[in-house]
Amino acid sequence: MQRTSEVDLLRSTELRLHALFLQGVDGDALAYRRFLQATATHLRAFLRRRLSRWPDEVEDLVQESLLAIHNQRLSYDTGVPLTAWIYAIARYKLIDWLRRHARRDNLHDPLDDLQADESALFSSADAEAGEARRDVAKLLATLPDKQRDAIIHTKLDGLSVREAAGLLQMSEAAIKVAVHRGLKALATTLRDAK
Amino acid sequence: MKTEDLITMLSSGPDVGVAARPARLTVLPLAGGLLASVVLMLALLGLHPNLAQVALLPAFWIKLVFAATLACAGWFATKRLSAPGARTVTLPLWLGGPVLLLWCAAAVVLLQAAPDARADLFWGRTWRYCPALIALLSLPVLAATLHVMRGLAPTRLRLAGAAAGFAAGAVAAVVYCLHCPEMSIVFVGFWYLIGILTPAALGAAIGPRVLAW
Repeated sequence: MQRTSEVDLLRSTELRLHALFLQGVDGDALAYRRFLQATATHLRAFLRRRLSRWPDEVEDLVQESLLAIHNQRLSYDTGVPLTAWIYAIARYKLIDWLRRHARRDNLHDPLDDLQADESALFSSADAEAGEARRDVAKLLATLPDKQRDAIIHTKLDGLSVREAAGLLQMSEAAIKVAVHRGLKALATTLRDAK
Repeated sequence: MKTEDLITMLSSGPDVGVAARPARLTVLPLAGGLLASVVLMLALLGLHPNLAQVALLPAFWIKLVFAATLACAGWFATKRLSAPGARTVTLPLWLGGPVLLLWCAAAVVLLQAAPDARADLFWGRTWRYCPALIALLSLPVLAATLHVMRGLAPTRLRLAGAAAGFAAGAVAAVVYCLHCPEMSIVFVGFWYLIGILTPAALGAAIGPRVLAW
Protein backbone atom coordinates (compact mmCIF):
# COMPACT_ATOMS: atom_id res chain seq x y z
CA MET A 1 0.00 0.00 0.00
CA GLN A 2 2.74 2.37 1.02
CA ARG A 3 4.78 1.32 -1.98
CA THR A 4 1.84 2.12 -4.29
CA SER A 5 1.45 5.64 -2.95
CA GLU A 6 5.20 6.13 -3.28
CA VAL A 7 5.01 5.12 -6.93
CA ASP A 8 2.09 7.50 -7.48
CA LEU A 9 4.03 10.28 -5.79
CA LEU A 10 7.07 9.65 -7.98
CA ARG A 11 4.87 9.64 -11.06
CA SER A 12 3.21 12.94 -10.22
CA THR A 13 6.62 14.47 -9.43
CA GLU A 14 7.86 13.22 -12.78
CA LEU A 15 4.92 14.73 -14.66
CA ARG A 16 5.21 18.08 -12.90
CA LEU A 17 9.00 18.42 -13.21
CA HIS A 18 8.99 17.16 -16.79
CA ALA A 19 6.41 19.77 -17.84
CA LEU A 20 8.31 22.60 -16.12
CA PHE A 21 11.63 21.41 -17.54
CA LEU A 22 10.36 21.31 -21.13
CA GLN A 23 8.80 24.76 -20.77
CA GLY A 24 12.15 25.95 -19.44
CA VAL A 25 14.09 24.49 -22.37
CA ASP A 26 11.65 26.40 -24.61
CA GLY A 27 12.65 29.62 -22.87
CA ASP A 28 10.01 30.01 -20.13
CA ALA A 29 12.11 31.49 -17.30
CA LEU A 30 9.40 31.26 -14.63
CA ALA A 31 8.71 27.58 -15.30
CA TYR A 32 12.43 26.88 -15.31
CA ARG A 33 12.84 28.66 -12.00
CA ARG A 34 10.09 26.56 -10.44
CA PHE A 35 11.72 23.45 -11.86
CA LEU A 36 15.06 24.34 -10.26
CA GLN A 37 13.41 25.23 -6.93
CA ALA A 38 11.53 21.94 -6.75
CA THR A 39 14.61 20.00 -7.79
CA ALA A 40 16.71 21.78 -5.15
CA THR A 41 14.40 20.65 -2.33
CA HIS A 42 14.71 17.02 -3.41
CA LEU A 43 18.47 17.30 -3.87
CA ARG A 44 18.84 18.83 -0.43
CA ALA A 45 16.91 16.10 1.38
CA PHE A 46 18.71 13.39 -0.59
CA LEU A 47 22.18 14.81 0.07
CA ARG A 48 21.48 15.72 3.70
CA ARG A 49 20.65 12.10 4.46
CA ARG A 50 23.75 10.79 2.72
CA LEU A 51 26.19 13.42 3.91
CA SER A 52 25.12 13.24 7.55
CA ARG A 53 28.78 13.09 8.46
CA TRP A 54 29.56 16.24 6.48
CA PRO A 55 26.50 18.49 7.05
CA ASP A 56 28.40 21.61 5.99
CA GLU A 57 28.89 20.23 2.50
CA VAL A 58 25.21 19.67 1.73
CA GLU A 59 24.36 23.08 0.34
CA ASP A 60 27.56 23.23 -1.72
CA LEU A 61 26.68 19.96 -3.35
CA VAL A 62 23.09 21.10 -3.93
CA GLN A 63 24.49 24.10 -5.80
CA GLU A 64 27.03 22.03 -7.69
CA SER A 65 24.29 19.62 -8.77
CA LEU A 66 21.98 22.43 -9.85
CA LEU A 67 24.72 23.98 -11.95
CA ALA A 68 25.49 20.57 -13.45
CA ILE A 69 21.80 20.02 -14.24
CA HIS A 70 21.67 23.44 -15.90
CA ASN A 71 24.85 22.93 -17.93
CA GLN A 72 23.98 19.40 -19.04
CA ARG A 73 20.35 20.02 -19.97
CA LEU A 74 20.96 18.97 -23.56
CA SER A 75 22.08 15.52 -22.43
CA TYR A 76 18.51 14.77 -21.37
CA ASP A 77 17.13 12.16 -23.72
CA THR A 78 13.33 12.51 -23.83
CA GLY A 79 13.03 8.71 -23.93
CA VAL A 80 13.79 8.27 -20.22
CA PRO A 81 12.06 9.75 -17.14
CA LEU A 82 13.42 13.15 -16.21
CA THR A 83 13.57 12.04 -12.57
CA ALA A 84 15.94 9.22 -13.57
CA TRP A 85 18.12 11.75 -15.37
CA ILE A 86 18.23 14.09 -12.36
CA TYR A 87 18.89 11.20 -9.98
CA ALA A 88 21.80 9.98 -12.13
CA ILE A 89 23.39 13.44 -12.06
CA ALA A 90 22.87 13.87 -8.29
CA ARG A 91 24.29 10.43 -7.61
CA TYR A 92 27.25 11.12 -9.90
CA LYS A 93 28.01 14.41 -8.13
CA LEU A 94 27.73 12.73 -4.72
CA ILE A 95 30.05 9.88 -5.67
CA ASP A 96 32.47 12.30 -7.31
CA TRP A 97 32.61 14.38 -4.14
CA LEU A 98 33.01 11.34 -1.86
CA ARG A 99 35.81 9.94 -4.02
CA ARG A 100 37.66 13.21 -3.86
CA HIS A 101 37.09 14.15 -0.24
CA ALA A 102 36.12 11.23 1.92
CA ARG A 103 38.35 8.42 3.04
CA ARG A 104 37.80 5.15 1.27
CA ASP A 105 36.40 3.34 4.33
CA ASN A 106 33.73 6.02 4.67
CA LEU A 107 32.57 5.55 1.12
CA HIS A 108 30.18 2.65 1.46
CA ASP A 109 27.94 4.11 4.10
CA PRO A 110 26.34 7.01 2.17
CA LEU A 111 25.85 4.92 -0.95
CA ASP A 112 24.50 1.88 0.82
CA ASP A 113 20.97 2.45 -0.31
CA LEU A 114 18.08 0.04 -0.43
CA GLN A 115 16.23 2.13 -2.99
CA ALA A 116 18.93 2.52 -5.59
CA ASP A 117 16.78 4.40 -8.06
CA GLU A 118 15.19 7.81 -8.49
CA SER A 119 12.62 7.20 -5.74
CA ALA A 120 15.53 7.59 -3.30
CA LEU A 121 15.81 11.18 -4.49
CA PHE A 122 12.20 12.15 -4.98
CA SER A 123 10.59 10.54 -1.92
CA SER A 124 11.53 13.51 0.23
CA ALA A 125 12.01 17.25 0.01
CA ASP A 126 13.72 19.86 2.16
CA ALA A 127 13.13 23.52 1.49
CA GLU A 128 15.34 24.77 4.28
CA ALA A 129 18.55 25.87 2.63
CA GLY A 130 21.72 25.76 4.67
CA GLU A 131 24.72 27.97 4.14
CA ALA A 132 26.99 27.19 1.24
CA ARG A 133 30.68 27.29 2.08
CA ARG A 134 31.99 27.82 -1.40
CA ASP A 135 30.73 31.17 -2.60
CA VAL A 136 29.60 31.05 -6.21
CA ALA A 137 29.75 34.85 -6.44
CA LYS A 138 33.43 34.81 -5.42
CA LEU A 139 34.23 31.98 -7.81
CA LEU A 140 32.47 33.89 -10.56
CA ALA A 141 35.01 36.66 -10.09
CA THR A 142 37.84 34.26 -10.96
CA LEU A 143 36.51 33.57 -14.48
CA PRO A 144 38.04 35.23 -17.56
CA ASP A 145 36.78 38.83 -17.91
CA LYS A 146 34.51 38.32 -20.90
CA GLN A 147 32.79 35.28 -19.48
CA ARG A 148 32.36 36.85 -16.06
CA ASP A 149 31.00 40.13 -17.41
CA ALA A 150 28.64 38.40 -19.83
CA ILE A 151 27.19 36.33 -16.98
CA ILE A 152 26.94 39.26 -14.56
CA HIS A 153 25.26 41.57 -17.08
CA THR A 154 22.76 39.13 -18.55
CA LYS A 155 22.07 36.80 -15.63
CA LEU A 156 22.49 38.94 -12.52
CA ASP A 157 21.94 42.56 -13.56
CA GLY A 158 19.11 41.67 -15.92
CA LEU A 159 20.41 43.38 -19.08
CA SER A 160 19.23 42.06 -22.43
CA VAL A 161 21.75 40.33 -24.67
CA ARG A 162 21.74 43.37 -26.97
CA GLU A 163 22.47 45.78 -24.11
CA ALA A 164 25.25 43.58 -22.81
CA ALA A 165 26.67 43.25 -26.32
CA GLY A 166 26.77 47.03 -26.66
CA LEU A 167 28.33 47.49 -23.25
CA LEU A 168 31.04 44.86 -23.72
CA GLN A 169 31.56 45.58 -27.42
CA MET A 170 30.95 42.00 -28.38
CA SER A 171 28.47 40.48 -30.82
CA GLU A 172 25.23 39.07 -29.42
CA ALA A 173 26.29 35.57 -30.46
CA ALA A 174 29.61 36.04 -28.65
CA ILE A 175 27.74 37.05 -25.48
CA LYS A 176 25.70 33.85 -25.56
CA VAL A 177 28.81 31.75 -26.12
CA ALA A 178 30.61 33.55 -23.28
CA VAL A 179 27.70 32.88 -20.90
CA HIS A 180 27.61 29.23 -21.85
CA ARG A 181 31.37 28.71 -21.55
CA GLY A 182 31.48 30.77 -18.37
CA LEU A 183 28.93 28.55 -16.63
CA LYS A 184 30.83 25.44 -17.70
CA ALA A 185 34.04 26.95 -16.35
CA LEU A 186 32.19 27.91 -13.17
CA ALA A 187 31.11 24.30 -12.70
CA THR A 188 34.72 23.17 -12.95
CA THR A 189 35.87 25.86 -10.51
CA LEU A 190 33.11 24.94 -8.07
CA ARG A 191 34.06 21.28 -8.27
CA ASP A 192 37.73 21.99 -7.61
CA ALA A 193 37.22 24.62 -4.89
CA LYS A 194 37.69 23.42 -1.34
CA MET B 1 25.81 33.02 -2.85
CA LYS B 2 22.59 31.55 -1.52
CA THR B 3 21.02 28.67 -3.40
CA GLU B 4 17.93 30.79 -4.09
CA ASP B 5 20.17 33.42 -5.72
CA LEU B 6 21.93 30.78 -7.77
CA ILE B 7 18.52 29.55 -8.98
CA THR B 8 17.58 33.12 -9.91
CA MET B 9 20.85 33.46 -11.80
CA LEU B 10 20.43 30.18 -13.65
CA SER B 11 16.80 30.88 -14.57
CA SER B 12 17.36 34.30 -16.08
CA GLY B 13 19.24 35.64 -19.05
CA PRO B 14 19.77 34.40 -22.56
CA ASP B 15 20.53 30.75 -21.82
CA VAL B 16 17.22 29.69 -20.26
CA GLY B 17 15.96 28.28 -23.54
CA VAL B 18 18.41 25.96 -25.30
CA ALA B 19 18.55 24.72 -28.86
CA ALA B 20 19.52 21.14 -29.64
CA ARG B 21 23.22 20.36 -29.73
CA PRO B 22 24.49 20.88 -33.30
CA ALA B 23 25.25 17.58 -35.04
CA ARG B 24 28.61 18.86 -36.26
CA LEU B 25 29.96 18.76 -32.68
CA THR B 26 29.60 14.99 -32.86
CA VAL B 27 30.10 14.30 -36.56
CA LEU B 28 33.23 16.36 -37.26
CA PRO B 29 35.50 14.88 -34.55
CA LEU B 30 34.36 11.34 -35.32
CA ALA B 31 34.88 11.83 -39.07
CA GLY B 32 38.34 13.24 -38.31
CA GLY B 33 39.19 10.24 -36.13
CA LEU B 34 38.01 7.80 -38.79
CA LEU B 35 39.97 9.61 -41.49
CA ALA B 36 43.14 9.55 -39.36
CA SER B 37 42.67 5.84 -38.79
CA VAL B 38 42.28 5.18 -42.55
CA VAL B 39 45.34 7.29 -43.37
CA LEU B 40 47.34 5.45 -40.73
CA MET B 41 46.28 2.12 -42.23
CA LEU B 42 47.17 3.21 -45.78
CA ALA B 43 50.53 4.66 -44.73
CA LEU B 44 51.64 1.84 -42.44
CA LEU B 45 50.05 -1.21 -44.02
CA GLY B 46 48.48 -0.44 -47.38
CA LEU B 47 45.37 -1.97 -48.87
CA HIS B 48 45.17 -5.71 -49.41
CA PRO B 49 47.04 -6.22 -52.74
CA ASN B 50 44.18 -8.21 -54.27
CA LEU B 51 41.30 -6.34 -52.67
CA ALA B 52 39.13 -6.51 -55.81
CA GLN B 53 39.30 -10.33 -55.87
CA VAL B 54 39.09 -10.70 -52.11
CA ALA B 55 35.94 -8.57 -52.12
CA LEU B 56 34.21 -11.34 -54.07
CA LEU B 57 34.68 -13.84 -51.23
CA PRO B 58 31.89 -14.24 -48.66
CA ALA B 59 34.53 -14.59 -45.91
CA PHE B 60 35.63 -10.99 -46.55
CA TRP B 61 32.08 -9.74 -46.16
CA ILE B 62 31.39 -11.79 -43.03
CA LYS B 63 34.48 -10.22 -41.48
CA LEU B 64 33.45 -6.72 -42.54
CA VAL B 65 29.82 -7.09 -41.43
CA PHE B 66 30.94 -8.53 -38.08
CA ALA B 67 33.21 -5.57 -37.40
CA ALA B 68 30.62 -3.06 -38.65
CA THR B 69 27.90 -4.61 -36.47
CA LEU B 70 30.13 -4.35 -33.42
CA ALA B 71 30.89 -0.74 -34.35
CA CYS B 72 27.15 0.04 -34.44
CA ALA B 73 26.57 -1.76 -31.13
CA GLY B 74 29.52 0.08 -29.61
CA TRP B 75 28.21 3.40 -30.87
CA PHE B 76 24.79 2.63 -29.38
CA ALA B 77 26.40 1.76 -26.02
CA THR B 78 28.50 4.92 -26.11
CA LYS B 79 25.42 7.02 -26.75
CA ARG B 80 23.48 5.42 -23.91
CA LEU B 81 26.35 5.78 -21.45
CA SER B 82 26.74 9.46 -22.33
CA ALA B 83 23.25 10.34 -21.11
CA PRO B 84 22.50 10.30 -17.37
CA GLY B 85 19.82 7.80 -16.37
CA ALA B 86 19.57 6.08 -19.77
CA ARG B 87 18.76 2.38 -19.69
CA THR B 88 21.81 0.17 -20.02
CA VAL B 89 20.49 -3.33 -19.21
CA THR B 90 20.20 -4.36 -22.88
CA LEU B 91 23.72 -3.26 -23.79
CA PRO B 92 25.48 -6.59 -23.05
CA LEU B 93 23.01 -8.24 -25.42
CA TRP B 94 23.81 -5.80 -28.22
CA LEU B 95 27.55 -6.10 -27.72
CA GLY B 96 27.67 -9.84 -27.02
CA GLY B 97 25.04 -11.03 -29.53
CA PRO B 98 27.13 -10.58 -32.70
CA VAL B 99 30.12 -12.21 -30.98
CA LEU B 100 28.11 -15.28 -29.92
CA LEU B 101 26.67 -15.57 -33.42
CA LEU B 102 30.13 -15.48 -34.98
CA TRP B 103 31.45 -17.98 -32.44
CA CYS B 104 28.67 -20.42 -33.37
CA ALA B 105 29.61 -20.07 -37.04
CA ALA B 106 33.30 -20.48 -36.16
CA ALA B 107 32.52 -23.64 -34.17
CA VAL B 108 30.73 -25.11 -37.18
CA VAL B 109 33.69 -24.25 -39.43
CA LEU B 110 36.12 -25.88 -36.99
CA LEU B 111 34.02 -29.01 -36.68
CA GLN B 112 33.76 -29.41 -40.43
CA ALA B 113 37.44 -28.77 -41.09
CA ALA B 114 39.98 -31.58 -41.34
CA PRO B 115 41.70 -31.96 -37.93
CA ASP B 116 45.14 -30.90 -39.17
CA ALA B 117 43.72 -27.74 -40.81
CA ARG B 118 42.16 -26.46 -37.58
CA ALA B 119 45.28 -24.91 -36.12
CA ASP B 120 45.76 -22.83 -39.27
CA LEU B 121 42.16 -21.60 -39.14
CA PHE B 122 42.76 -20.31 -35.63
CA TRP B 123 46.30 -18.93 -35.82
CA GLY B 124 46.36 -17.79 -39.46
CA ARG B 125 49.63 -16.15 -40.44
CA THR B 126 49.23 -12.78 -38.74
CA TRP B 127 48.01 -13.47 -35.20
CA ARG B 128 51.17 -11.96 -33.76
CA TYR B 129 50.41 -8.45 -34.90
CA CYS B 130 46.75 -8.32 -35.95
CA PRO B 131 45.37 -7.34 -32.47
CA ALA B 132 48.11 -4.76 -31.92
CA LEU B 133 47.47 -3.17 -35.33
CA ILE B 134 43.71 -2.94 -34.70
CA ALA B 135 44.41 -1.37 -31.31
CA LEU B 136 46.82 1.09 -32.93
CA LEU B 137 44.34 2.08 -35.65
CA SER B 138 41.69 2.61 -32.98
CA LEU B 139 43.63 5.31 -31.14
CA PRO B 140 42.54 8.33 -33.25
CA VAL B 141 38.91 7.14 -33.14
CA LEU B 142 39.15 6.61 -29.38
CA ALA B 143 40.53 10.10 -28.87
CA ALA B 144 37.71 11.57 -30.99
CA THR B 145 35.03 9.55 -29.17
CA LEU B 146 36.30 10.57 -25.73
CA HIS B 147 36.42 14.18 -26.91
CA VAL B 148 32.76 14.02 -27.99
CA MET B 149 31.82 12.32 -24.70
CA ARG B 150 33.44 15.10 -22.71
CA GLY B 151 30.84 17.45 -24.19
CA LEU B 152 28.06 15.15 -22.96
CA ALA B 153 27.37 13.88 -19.45
CA PRO B 154 28.53 10.32 -18.75
CA THR B 155 27.89 9.34 -15.13
CA ARG B 156 29.50 5.88 -15.08
CA LEU B 157 32.91 6.86 -16.26
CA ARG B 158 34.66 3.49 -16.34
CA LEU B 159 31.86 1.87 -18.33
CA ALA B 160 31.57 4.91 -20.59
CA GLY B 161 35.31 4.81 -21.32
CA ALA B 162 35.12 1.08 -22.03
CA ALA B 163 32.22 1.59 -24.44
CA ALA B 164 34.11 4.36 -26.23
CA GLY B 165 37.13 2.03 -26.55
CA PHE B 166 34.98 -0.84 -27.79
CA ALA B 167 33.33 1.34 -30.45
CA ALA B 168 36.71 2.75 -31.52
CA GLY B 169 38.21 -0.75 -31.67
CA ALA B 170 35.35 -2.03 -33.81
CA VAL B 171 35.67 0.92 -36.21
CA ALA B 172 39.40 0.23 -36.43
CA ALA B 173 38.61 -3.42 -37.18
CA VAL B 174 36.46 -2.29 -40.13
CA VAL B 175 39.39 -0.21 -41.39
CA TYR B 176 41.82 -3.07 -40.81
CA CYS B 177 39.61 -5.41 -42.90
CA LEU B 178 40.76 -3.53 -45.99
CA HIS B 179 44.31 -4.67 -45.32
CA CYS B 180 43.93 -7.96 -43.45
CA PRO B 181 44.98 -11.06 -45.41
CA GLU B 182 43.16 -13.51 -43.11
CA MET B 183 39.98 -15.12 -44.40
CA SER B 184 39.09 -17.48 -41.55
CA ILE B 185 36.19 -16.49 -39.29
CA VAL B 186 37.77 -18.53 -36.50
CA PHE B 187 40.70 -16.13 -36.66
CA VAL B 188 38.39 -13.12 -36.74
CA GLY B 189 36.32 -14.38 -33.82
CA PHE B 190 39.36 -14.45 -31.56
CA TRP B 191 42.15 -12.14 -32.72
CA TYR B 192 39.94 -9.31 -33.98
CA LEU B 193 38.09 -9.45 -30.70
CA ILE B 194 41.36 -9.11 -28.77
CA GLY B 195 42.16 -6.10 -30.96
CA ILE B 196 38.78 -4.54 -30.10
CA LEU B 197 38.92 -5.34 -26.39
CA THR B 198 42.38 -3.78 -26.00
CA PRO B 199 41.18 -0.20 -26.61
CA ALA B 200 38.08 -1.03 -24.52
CA ALA B 201 40.37 -1.86 -21.59
CA LEU B 202 42.36 1.30 -22.26
CA GLY B 203 39.14 3.35 -22.29
CA ALA B 204 38.04 1.79 -19.00
CA ALA B 205 41.42 2.60 -17.48
CA ILE B 206 41.48 6.27 -18.48
CA GLY B 207 37.71 6.95 -18.44
CA PRO B 208 37.42 8.11 -14.82
CA ARG B 209 40.24 10.61 -15.30
CA VAL B 210 39.42 11.86 -18.79
CA LEU B 211 35.64 12.02 -18.59
CA ALA B 212 35.07 13.53 -15.12
CA TRP B 213 32.98 16.71 -15.02
